[in-house]
Amino acid sequence: MTKKLVTQAIMQCNEQGNKAFVPYIMAGDGGLQTLKKTILFLQEAGATAIEVGIPFSDPVADGDVIQQAGERALAEGITLRKIMKELASFREEVKIPLVIMTYLNPVLSYGLQSIAADCEASGVYGLIVPDLPLEESGLLKEALKNSDVALIQLVSLTSPAERIEAIAKAAEGFIYAVTVNGITGVRSSFTEGLEGHLERLKAASSVPVLAGFGISTPEHVRTLGGLADGVIVGSAIVTALHEGDYEKVRTLINASKNQLTNS
Amino acid sequence: MTTETKGRYGKFGGQFVPETLMTALQELETAYEEAQQDPAFSKELDYYLKEFVGRETPLFFAERLTKHAGGAKIYLKREDLNHTGAHKINNSLGQALLAIRMGKKKIVAETGAGQHGVATATACALLGLECVVFMGKEDIRRQELNVFRMELLGTNVVSVDKGSGTLKDAVNEALRYWVSNVEDTHYILGSALGPHPFPQIVRDFQRVIGDETRKQIVEHEGRLPDAVVACIGGGSNAIGMFHPFVDDQDVKLYGVEAAGSGISTGKHAAAIAGKQEGVLHGAYMYVLQDDDGFIQEAHSISAGLDYPAVGPEHCHLADIKRVQYDSVTDQQALEAVQVLSRVEGIIPALESAHAVYYAVQLAKEMKEDELLVICLSGRGDKDMQTVRDALGGQSV
Repeated sequence: MTKKLVTQAIMQCNEQGNKAFVPYIMAGDGGLQTLKKTILFLQEAGATAIEVGIPFSDPVADGDVIQQAGERALAEGITLRKIMKELASFREEVKIPLVIMTYLNPVLSYGLQSIAADCEASGVYGLIVPDLPLEESGLLKEALKNSDVALIQLVSLTSPAERIEAIAKAAEGFIYAVTVNGITGVRSSFTEGLEGHLERLKAASSVPVLAGFGISTPEHVRTLGGLADGVIVGSAIVTALHEGDYEKVRTLINASKNQLTNS
Repeated sequence: MTTETKGRYGKFGGQFVPETLMTALQELETAYEEAQQDPAFSKELDYYLKEFVGRETPLFFAERLTKHAGGAKIYLKREDLNHTGAHKINNSLGQALLAIRMGKKKIVAETGAGQHGVATATACALLGLECVVFMGKEDIRRQELNVFRMELLGTNVVSVDKGSGTLKDAVNEALRYWVSNVEDTHYILGSALGPHPFPQIVRDFQRVIGDETRKQIVEHEGRLPDAVVACIGGGSNAIGMFHPFVDDQDVKLYGVEAAGSGISTGKHAAAIAGKQEGVLHGAYMYVLQDDDGFIQEAHSISAGLDYPAVGPEHCHLADIKRVQYDSVTDQQALEAVQVLSRVEGIIPALESAHAVYYAVQLAKEMKEDELLVICLSGRGDKDMQTVRDALGGQSV
């Protein structure tokens, strides 16, 4: 029970001179049967890990692109239970760690008793819960205690220094550094203070720091990847997959490769 | 569900929000604590409540409604007489003054019936703040004139067509807007909902209802009431009314949820009756949801009660059985609108009509020397089109 599988995957990637690239997908966008194909494609294309989004009725941290993908998935009748079961069915073929991103209520409804064991059985080694700040994380952390599943915390640009320290101290898997004040979605520019923010975060953290929110072009991947240990790309991947533009996905992933690590 | 955090009411409440908002919530908590200690703050709020809102509102002995029910003596706490027509202005003004204290010049709010939106737009016009209000598309249709009122007051009303296009979706959108503009914007949440410290702040700004009622009933009758009835959507008028009575065990408290087409039809907004716990909009509460934890749409003829959860303090009061929560259907509320209009010359909001219907039934079972207070949270002008349509255009 190490909770380190995601951490190790990122560090290994960094050691090879690459930045970690974690694509976000909306599970069930296009139907549950596409999940396997999408995950195996991303694995083959060079993803370090995959963030599997669970659709929710009230996704307050998400912008239009992911909201719409979620609505498409909800229309297909996709639920956390169905996704767990589906992931378990092709678990042997997935060699990179999966991370589930879900709002808290579906997890509570799923049941805290069974979440850890079911995650492990499905190859899921991390949970990202955007409406679960550090102060409220105790219960879920307890549920994941004796498992390999890391509870991944987010840090925002608005988090003050002492808060960043506290989150970094409790961090498992990696730290998800939110790079904008806002919700998920494509943006053209980032704030000027971001570089210093990510540097401080990396200094405070014993686990890797991945930058996410608003990263949508190969340039973003290179720039923000260069400031962190890797990137998470959501809306741009969701859009490309929805449109069947697999080349765009490859271009984004390739932008994370062969970057000199600055650690 | 237990955690160690502040802002808990029993197991309910908490701060289930994106990390980006945590700092803003902590700032708000600190600013609010400071404001509570500052006599100048309450002096300023009291000034506006008296001179601008028109407080205190009367506690009116409803003699003909009492006869109609044939039981307890019924009093009406006339929150409908507040400027802008409902209790919502008590909270909007308080929070707008708090925003100014925090140096925030912009306000975002959600609205269901439009009453909170109008109240917030009004407070912002009065105090020179910029205001954007998110409102569900379906609610905009139901409350067209309130949209115009907000616009006239200089507020930017944004239609939300996601989800069911009602209050829950408007809150989602207001939260997204707040996350994106948190540095210069304060979110004036309109009900006793959301992450800590909102349920506490909203309750404190609304408790003027209960404080006045307590004083007034003693003036009228020389004693406290036997029963107090209020409607519950998120629960702001009810918590404001109940809170000063919670320690008086002899005062029975009744919260009335919206049963919509009937609890058994599944088309209702009675989250406490639903008994399922969960997290929505930053708090652990009773929430209408399906087996997979997806939040369900609420259904009520009254836009202000059309919300799939109930504020955390009410959930706790239900759990410890200090308040009895029941529900009233659309049809029953419509009946009460007509009754109160005819016997007292007061057209209540559809929300408040839920409390009126319940109170009349309750009064029948009480003795003639017992006292019952109804929180008449708002007036019915905004609902005339809805009521007329529901009554099939027939003359009543």
